[in-house]
Amino acid sequence: MNVIVCAKVIPASTVTVEIDPATKCMVRKGVTHELDPAAASAVEEALRLTEKDGGTVTMVTMGISDATIGIRAALAMGATSAVHILDEALAGSDTLATAKVLAAAVKKQPFDLVLCATESSDSYSGIVPGQLAHLLGITPLTFAKEISIKERTVTVKRQSETGYDVVEAELPALISTTSGINEPRYPQLKGIMAAKKKEIKQYTAADLGLGAEQVGAAAAREKVLTVGRPPTRKAGKVLTDEGEGGRQIADFLAELKVI
Amino acid sequence: MADLIWVYAEVVDGQITPTTLEMLTKASEVGTAEAILLGPAPDDAVETLARHGASKVLRSSDPVYKDYLTLPAVATVAALIQEHKPAVILFASSYAGRDVASTLSAKLDCGAITDVSNFVLKDGSVEATIPALGGSYQNTSTLVNAGTRILLMRPKSIEPKSRDQTAAVEEVEAATDTANQKARLRDRVTVKQEGPQLEGANFIVSGGRGLKGPENFEMLRQLADLVGGAVGASRAAVDAGWVPYSTQVGQTGKTVKPEVYIACGISGAIQHLAGMKESKSIIAINKDPEAPIFQIADLGVVGDIFQVVPQLIEEIKKRKGS
Repeated sequence: MNVIVCAKVIPASTVTVEIDPATKCMVRKGVTHELDPAAASAVEEALRLTEKDGGTVTMVTMGISDATIGIRAALAMGATSAVHILDEALAGSDTLATAKVLAAAVKKQPFDLVLCATESSDSYSGIVPGQLAHLLGITPLTFAKEISIKERTVTVKRQSETGYDVVEAELPALISTTSGINEPRYPQLKGIMAAKKKEIKQYTAADLGLGAEQVGAAAAREKVLTVGRPPTRKAGKVLTDEGEGGRQIADFLAELKVI
Repeated sequence: MADLIWVYAEVVDGQITPTTLEMLTKASEVGTAEAILLGPAPDDAVETLARHGASKVLRSSDPVYKDYLTLPAVATVAALIQEHKPAVILFASSYAGRDVASTLSAKLDCGAITDVSNFVLKDGSVEATIPALGGSYQNTSTLVNAGTRILLMRPKSIEPKSRDQTAAVEEVEAATDTANQKARLRDRVTVKQEGPQLEGANFIVSGGRGLKGPENFEMLRQLADLVGGAVGASRAAVDAGWVPYSTQVGQTGKTVKPEVYIACGISGAIQHLAGMKESKSIIAINKDPEAPIFQIADLGVVGDIFQVVPQLIEEIKKRKGS
């Protein structure tokens, strides 16, 4: 089985992400990047599925050159190879433009199953998986917290408001995984060394048959009009517990008439 | 119609969801609101939708929408949009809402704005307010595609209002084409939750990584029980597998607005704050004085939750005279 994982490489969780008031886009250049932890779970799931039944795992990402660190991380975890879509013209792409680029790159590889995180940990839109499935013409199975595959039938436990749904479909399909689906492995030294020899294909938008008018800021349907800060909530009192902390909270709750 | 706004109605657990009613309230303030209701629904569904602002309900109660995920709904909504050309269609940022909206946007080749907290109609399009990057920014965005604009609304952004109003019902043809019957629902499992639901709770006690393990959530449950509250969690605690996803508060979990929110051992990552910073009063207990949660807490206690919380529980019991 050939599995493709569409994974995003994002500013590291230690970075305070800013929006550039001029471009109205997130500042991505010059900050430390990492494989999105949510995407790492999707990579992990792909590895588990193929370790059991055999097959390849191809990581596909669209991102700036800083994304290389995250690609290496996925390869070190055990992914077979990677595809990096790297093109200045892609900056400012909205969700649908991103999905079109990913779909074009995925179509160039053989695949039975596409995995991705439910949403990225930096922009949280959560709609690229559905868009991507439609553009690939495959069945979307989303919010999966457990995946099992038997022959060509895939069954997922899909997160719901009240528990979970058991949903099944035939391959090829696209599954988006919730971050709690597994605990991603840490790359071991052997994996890190092996990753250096693995293939990273690079594509530009033109390689994927996409013109400048179809990608990037020029093609984005969503236009950010204003960038601002919300009204901030004022910090109140901060006390250090000297053996009375619980009672001080009780006093505050009494003031609020909760108790 | 230039001011026609559709709301994709959702039924969960046999009831129209609160976010559906919030969206209808907003839609009817901004323009002419109509609801789309697909699949089995409670008997009073149309009345409920009408009372919250729907002047018309386009509906099909065909079970195909329940038995097969996403694709039949997308086919129906896409056909209806092409026929009626609403200015805007609103979806909830829920599981079904995101699935239908995302597939629809690719099918109609139009953009979509996610995480919208408010919007107005302006210059033939929308101007949407978005709490971006976990709420550290508040931006406005528009969609420049022709045709219908898709917006996904954050739960609890709008105060739902009801009034005396009735709605016309238009039965729509169900999308029963087998080509859309690809994701089959085999079973729907309800996981029993202890205590009250997070969404409606007036008092919430949440735990994070500082709880150190699932067994310590029992302490929070005790505290919540004393005041009739619910127990929540940060993403760190949920990802660690200590508590179920249904308890997660934050950008990727639930948005809550209780009277009192007590954060125990939660540092206050922006993704958590996005789900709870509209709470009326916030109390935080954390051993790290630099924890960002203290920047938004009305009362912060720097200390060990395993000292402070038991003392608080005892103190409440004492004051309640039990």
